[in-house]
Amino acid sequence: MADTKVAPKKEETSLFGTKERKLLTDPLNDDNPITVQVLGVCSALAVTSQVKPALIMAIGLTVVTAMSNLVISMMRTSIPPAIRMIVQLLVVAALVQVVSDGLQAFMYDVYAELSVFIGLIITNCIVMGRLEAFAMANKPWQSFIDGIGNGLGYGVILIIMATIREILGKGTWFGITILSPEWYVPNNLMLLPCASLFLMGVIIWIQRGFNTKLVGKS
Amino acid sequence: MDALNIFIKAAFIDNMVLAYFLGMCSYLAVSKSVKTALGLGVAVVFVLAFTAPVNWIITNKILAEGAIIEGISFDFLGLIIYISVIAGLVQFLEMFIEKVSPSLYNALGIFLPLITVNCAILGATLFIVAREYNFAEATAFGIGSGVGWMLAIVALAAIREKLRTANIPAPLQGLGIAFIITGLMGIAFMSLLGLNPATYFG
Repeated sequence: MADTKVAPKKEETSLFGTKERKLLTDPLNDDNPITVQVLGVCSALAVTSQVKPALIMAIGLTVVTAMSNLVISMMRTSIPPAIRMIVQLLVVAALVQVVSDGLQAFMYDVYAELSVFIGLIITNCIVMGRLEAFAMANKPWQSFIDGIGNGLGYGVILIIMATIREILGKGTWFGITILSPEWYVPNNLMLLPCASLFLMGVIIWIQRGFNTKLVGKS
Repeated sequence: MDALNIFIKAAFIDNMVLAYFLGMCSYLAVSKSVKTALGLGVAVVFVLAFTAPVNWIITNKILAEGAIIEGISFDFLGLIIYISVIAGLVQFLEMFIEKVSPSLYNALGIFLPLITVNCAILGATLFIVAREYNFAEATAFGIGSGVGWMLAIVALAAIREKLRTANIPAPLQGLGIAFIITGLMGIAFMSLLGLNPATYFG
């Protein structure tokens, strides 16, 4: 009997299997980029005094993370290790420049409010962190989904913080008056930088209180 | 005297970490012991002290309108060039530290190359560009921002070291309490808001 070689089983990767759905839902709670991985904290604190810039920032970051994950993952086998960081930075910088110019052209008021923080998406640890931790070792479609998932996790925290800060600090949500100035005196502390730090501490407290798996992580 | 005022403003009043939240990731991660915090702080000061003037020169002498070719501004290349300058300088600093102080190099570990993506460095450059400082002001701003960042991270490290024996609720330990401490420090630094160094230093 001839020795039949068994062909190695090709790894099944589906479009939306369980692994892909996990990549989308994990960053929302268990592996949240801000509260668990401690990435992207700078912009999360700085742009959340109102909901509109926070939302635009979240969308911008999701686009940059997903697209850069996709591009670097497609290139991952041909990047020389010595210049790995420079290549990643160039790809991300180019994408951020495009996002920045697009915002400047179509939504100038938001661009003016976000100012330097759009450019700082380049140094946003979420983008670099996911590139190093995921895109360099995984296939393009999975990397793209991972980028979207982490962007969503980031966006959730941003919207929560911005909602609390805008409603309590100004009485509005996305510009719509919720707590009318007739009886509500806006709490200016919420608009100050330190409030976002306290809020973030409390959000982490609450999240770890419910999700006890996370207690004990740095 | 303008440069000195800007230095004081950048270090204490417009503190990079406490007022603008730049550099939070490494700030939170490396502030567990004062020694490593001090090492990282000094490294950040060095990087800022060199990249601020270099990026100013690039912005105003190379990328500005009409600098190389009449009527054309290369501003759109700004972000890519700034980050490349920073990456090159951090690479150089890494080699320098490895030679001069191997113990610090080992203590800092991955966070030394991560200075490249420290928002405070790129943020300082972007602020300098946006506020259109001149050369002396830009350098003073760079060094001042670095010193301010260093102050904040060393302060947080010192407090966290003391808190190791405190009775903090479990979900709040580690990251949660670090945020709240930073918030309290932010309020403390806010007492300096509105202080105009020019009234004292002319």
